[in-house]
Parts: sequence; C-alpha cells; structure tokens
Amino acid sequence: MKIAIPVIEQSLNAGVSHSFGRAPHLLIYNTVTKENYFLDNTTVASRGGAGVRVAEVVADHGAKVLLTQRCGKSVEEVLRRSEVLVYKATQGTAKENIEAFLEDKLSLLTEFHDGLHGKATL
Amino acid sequence: MKIAVLSGKGGTGKTLVSVNLASVAGPSTYIDCDVEEPNGHLFFKPNVVRSEKVAVKIPVVDAAHCTGCRTCVEFCQYNALAFIRNKPLVFEEVCHSCGGCVLLCPQKALHEQEKNIGVVEDGYSGEVFVRTGMLNTGEVSGVPIIRKLQRELPDETKTVLIDCPPGSACVVMESIKDADYCILVAEPTIFGAQNLGMVHELVTLFKKPCGAVLNKCQSGDNPSEQYCCEKSIRILGRIPFDSELGAMNSNAIIAARASGKYHQLFTELLDAVLTEVGKPT
Repeated sequence: MKIAIPVIEQSLNAGVSHSFGRAPHLLIYNTVTKENYFLDNTTVASRGGAGVRVAEVVADHGAKVLLTQRCGKSVEEVLRRSEVLVYKATQGTAKENIEAFLEDKLSLLTEFHDGLHGKATL
Repeated sequence: MKIAVLSGKGGTGKTLVSVNLASVAGPSTYIDCDVEEPNGHLFFKPNVVRSEKVAVKIPVVDAAHCTGCRTCVEFCQYNALAFIRNKPLVFEEVCHSCGGCVLLCPQKALHEQEKNIGVVEDGYSGEVFVRTGMLNTGEVSGVPIIRKLQRELPDETKTVLIDCPPGSACVVMESIKDADYCILVAEPTIFGAQNLGMVHELVTLFKKPCGAVLNKCQSGDNPSEQYCCEKSIRILGRIPFDSELGAMNSNAIIAARASGKYHQLFTELLDAVLTEVGKPT
C-alpha cells in the first residue's frame, strides 16, 4: 500500500508540510516494498486550487492513505471519491509519521477547512 | 465623471462619504460596489425600479462523452477541475468562469450552465439614481457583479459616486477601473495610516488621481494626515469625530439631507473634489 505525505524537503527525515496544496514536495512511500520516491509540487505557485491538483496527484499515484496536518474541503472531496483515507499527521518527520501510522497511532482527520483559495499563509 | 471612494479597511467612512456626496451633487448616481455587505441602500431607501439577477457560467461534465484526455484539467489555471475515477470533477467555488475547458474539450463532453451569484438593483432616492450590487451568501467572488454594476448607466454625464469594497483586492480594482478620480477615506490612527498606504499604493499603480478625506478627526496627532503630507496627497476635507453625526449614521439618516451643518460640509467637500478632478494630472 502507498502512503502520501506532503513534505518540506526531499528526505524521509524532513518535516511534514504545514500546507497540503502548497507543500514543496510529495513523498510516496510503499509499505510493502519499503521503497519511496519524491514528487515536486508543480502547483506550488498556482493561482488557486493547488490542493485539488495535489489531491489528484495523490490519487493518480495510487496512494490509499494521506498523512497531512490539514487540508480543505475540496481536497477531502477529491480524496473521498478516490478512496484515499486522510490521517492527521503530527509535527514530527515523515519517517516518524510513517512509523506512527503503521503502529496505528494516528487518527483520521475529521476537520477540513473551507479552502484558502490562493490566500494561504504558512 | 466617476469618483471612487476607497479605504484600506472597513468602517472608515466610505459609505458616509459617498452617500453624502451623492446627496449634495444634485442629479447624480450612487453605485454600491461593496457587494458582500452593501449598505448605501439603507440610507437612500430607494424605490427599486429594476432588479436583475447576475449569473456566472460553470462547466458541467457529460461523463458519457468524456474519453479521459484531461485537456480540460490541464488547461485550468485555477485547478477548478480534477480528474477522478476516469472523469473530470468541477469545483464551482474555484472556477473563474473563463469557459476555456468547454472550448478546448475535443469530445464536446463539457457544456456551460448558468449559476446565479447575486442581484443588481436600480432605484431612485430623490435626485439620486441608486444602483446596488448584492452577492449571495457563500459565493466566493463579487467581481462579476461589480462588472455589471459599472455598465449602462442611465446618464453618463451625471456625477457618479462609486462606494468601493474595503481593502485593495480584486473587487476594489474592478470597482476603480473606470474611475476618473479616487477619494481615499482614512482614520486618524496608526492602523488607519497603514491602511491608507495600501489603497494609495493601489491607486498609484492604476495611475488614478486621488485625494484624501480625513474622517473621525479629533485633536492630537493624525498619522493619516502625516502620511498624506509625506506622500503629497491632497487633503480634500476633514470630518469631525462627532456624536451627532454618529447618531444620524447609526439611524441610517443621510447627514447632508438632515443637517444644515453637514450639508455645507459635504457641499464644500464635493466642490474640492470637482476642482481636483478638473485639474490636469
């Protein structure tokens, strides 16, 4: 199974990005093969709807789980329709979050903001 | 002649200034572009003669014709379309109604559907033609309504007062686009001067001639006045911090119509504005 995490640098030891849509990179981690790869977020400077586009990328790469600190309602809709579960990430690194998820220590994200529509502040 | 009234924040007196200037201008037009919370009509209480719905066009997907080429999704600069489970999904609140996705779809699997976002009301209050834009609650952008507000005025030769939304965002730019002159209303606080700076930068960018009205003036320092001096902004007039004016305003009474003192103040202010507009820039 693949896990997606928005990260601030291309490293398993990088912190989870505070923003989902404007995260500089996306980490895709395969829990079976233990392999991972990073994607550059090409919509990081887009005029709006960045979250929608990144959510689409998450689904396109076959991830079934997303670990993020927060995301908006549009992202939630894309991921729900794509059958991707969204868990609340902690402040720690990507690696720590993957371990916490595998140990069943993370809970599902239940609050989704109204969308920042290009007005995101980090 | 179109005169826009702006301020960097809400509650500085844009509506006070624009409503009262229109009231002393004889036959004139007042346009309320603050479509998220229009309140000029509360003062004018116009007899509404015309009401028109404003709609934007939103794409609708015909999944049976979609072949999954993603042309629409890749085209959209606002990411209002996402390709999920082999078909595009439209996010209406992000869509800017440009129509590009519909034009580009090679399968004609997208068509446009109108969606009402608000209303424009025309009416009269004495000699003042009052036009009000109202955005429906929950809608993201008032720009399409503001665009409609500026079109087809009954008599273009009359003085037009444009009551702008607060701030310096897209809705304000749309409101001042056709203005011949901009009045910047400012409060006598540091925060007020900061907000004055924001709108001053905006009108400078738009190359609009402008002047300032200092509202809520009291004795003591006025940081907004200092800003005007530093930036050589003409001070058109001063409105005192006056409980009598506050009481009239909170009861939706037009001061220039109810009080001789304020009729005179706003007549002088209008004269100052018209003199400035007549000057070469």
